[in-house]
Order: sequence, then structure tokens, then C-alpha cells
Amino acid sequence: MMHAWLKNLAKGIIRANPTFILLLGLCPTLAVSTSLDNAVGMTGAVLFVLFAANLIVSLLRNIIPERVRIPTFIVIIATLVTIVDLVLQGFSPALSKSLGIYIPLIVVNCIILGRAEAFASKNSVANSIADALGVGLGFGWAIFLISLIRQVLGTGALEIFGIHLFTIPGFSATPAAIFMLPMGAFLVIGLLLALFRWLGVIEGD
Amino acid sequence: MTNLLAIFFGMALINNMVLVKFLGLCPFFGVSKNLKSALSMGVAVLLVMLVASAVTWPIYHLLLVSYNVEFMETVIFILVIASLVQIIEMTIKRTNLSLYNALGIYLPLITTNCAVLGITFININQQYNFLESLVAAFGAGVGFSLVLAIMSGIRERLDLADVPKAFAGAPIAFITAMFLGLSFMAFAGMI
Repeated sequence: MMHAWLKNLAKGIIRANPTFILLLGLCPTLAVSTSLDNAVGMTGAVLFVLFAANLIVSLLRNIIPERVRIPTFIVIIATLVTIVDLVLQGFSPALSKSLGIYIPLIVVNCIILGRAEAFASKNSVANSIADALGVGLGFGWAIFLISLIRQVLGTGALEIFGIHLFTIPGFSATPAAIFMLPMGAFLVIGLLLALFRWLGVIEGD
Repeated sequence: MTNLLAIFFGMALINNMVLVKFLGLCPFFGVSKNLKSALSMGVAVLLVMLVASAVTWPIYHLLLVSYNVEFMETVIFILVIASLVQIIEMTIKRTNLSLYNALGIYLPLITTNCAVLGITFININQQYNFLESLVAAFGAGVGFSLVLAIMSGIRERLDLADVPKAFAGAPIAFITAMFLGLSFMAFAGMI
């Protein structure tokens, strides 16, 4: 029992990582990964929506009629996203502003609808929670890694929520600004994917 | 008029949906394997974007604003887009079967295409009026189709290229997207 639960949890983190293996939900991952603050904010938002959506869908899985399940899932997810949006606007306006339309766009994030449809609608509540946590954490470390690389190379320094961690001497005056531009995101994820394949962590085509 | 032109080119080239805003990446990497399917997807997205903008604008400004329930926009917009896609699909099926056969399989995918929901949010956030929203949607759709078509051309050639093993498939597609984005940066000075 415990073993199966842990297996469901671990699956999303590495072996079925939404970002690096399945290449799902890339819009927010690439768009807001310019700072660690954004990465933490986006991970929090996605993790909450994923967790609550999987919980609600698995609780209602025997009640929701088969034919209207997708619209039902979408309404559940959209409601949760609205909650996250309002909470962020209220408690952290700066973060809300920098994440912009990518918060409401979590609604159409394929990871969340995908997990609701492929997992939570068919599995027990406990397993669905494990699945949501695993996939959410898998999404989290991926966006965190991409943000880390982009922020360090793009600004020559690292800070998180106003706490200054380090500055690379000399480099911070003329950092590789391309990493802060949208193209930098494509470059970083492309190189990371190739690196993981070269190391044999994930399999290529 | 200049304002509308600025919105059109801004959406199509400078703030390109795919390369700058990262919206609609799934079809960008999924459907861009050959020119024909890329163009079909592009046209389908353009069509849904236009209709979605035309419908969500009055819903937001006439309905949600007047009842002070702007926070409902996410829930309402996604439901409107999901039903719109269904209606468009049924209409095309009845009226133009050859068009349906060309676009049919792409239409259901568009419901969860962030580019469509994205453009409706952008229209609201930028406080565009009705006409400006339509122009923005048209520009966004043209930009999306353009990038998809260019990408499909590159990928057809890429299949013949000798790519390092670790880069084959997705990684090289991302790197290609980066170069495409770099070249689109040249448009930034246009406006």
C-alpha cells in the first residue's frame, strides 16, 4: 500500500517528468523562468491547482457522468485557478504582476487536465494525491533549474525574494542578456534536454 | 488606422505568440512536421482566435463588468471557447466537408491551446476596444501560422540533416526555435 503510494509519487518527479520527458505544460515553464521568484510562485500555483484538482476529481470520480467529464474537469480547474489568481493578487501583487497572464493560463495547462483525465478519474484519493504531488514537484524542479540557469547567466547574480545570494565578479557588469530574453528559454531547455540524453538520464528518439 | 497597423504587426511579428509569449507550443512542436498540417493548424487557430475574441469581448465588457464579476473571466472564457470550438466544428462539418476533413482533427485540440485563451486575456489586459481586439486576434493568428509554416519547412530539411544523437528530435527543435526567435528580434525596431 505504502509502496504503491510512494511509487506514484516518485513517477512524476523523474521517470515521467512533465517538463523534460513528456514536454507538457511548457508555456509557463519557458515564459516565466527568468527568476527564482517566478519559479517558486509558478510552482506553488501549479502544485496547488494540481493537488486540489486531483483530490476533487478523484473524490467525485464515481459521481461525474462519463460524457460530461472533460467540461466538468475544466470547470473545477478554472475555479481553482481563479482562487490562486485572487490569492496572489491579494497577498503578493508584485509576483502576480510578473507572472501576468500565465497564472490564468494554468487552466489550459495540459499537465493538469492530463492528470485529472488520465489518473485522478480512475484512481483512489490517496494515489491521486501522490500523483499530483509527484507531477507538481517534477514540474517544480524543472522550472527551478531553468530559472536558476537563466537568472545566473542572464544577470550575473542570484537573488531570491530580495535576498542577495551571490554576484559573479566581472560578469555581472556585462551578463549574457540573451538568457533573459525569450530565446534564452528555448536555448536552455534544448541544451538541458540534450545533456540529459547524452548522460543517459532520459532516452532519445 | 496606424494604431491598428501597429497592433497587427506588434502581435504578428514583434510579440509573436509562439516565439515571445510561448503560447501554443504544443502545436508548434507537435504539428509542425510538414507544411500542409502546419498551415491547416494555423488557419484553424486563426479562425478560432477571431471568433473567440469577437465573443469574449462583449461578454467581458457588457456582462462581467456591469455585474462587477470580472474575477469570473477565467471560468467563463474557457467555457465559451470550449463551446465555440464545438459549434465551429459542427458548422464546418455541415457546410464544408472538404474543409472539415482538412481541419477536423485540429479543432478539438484548439480548446486547450493556450494561444486562444491567451489572446482573449491579452485583449482584456491591454484594454483594446472591439475593433482593436479583432485586429490583435488576426495578427496573433497570422503570426502563429507564419511561425508554424517556417518551422515546418525547417523541420522537413532537418530530417535529412545529420544531427548529433543527443540533439535528435525535441532538443534540436528547441534550438531551432531559438534561432527563429533571434531572427524575429529584427522586427523589434519596426514600431
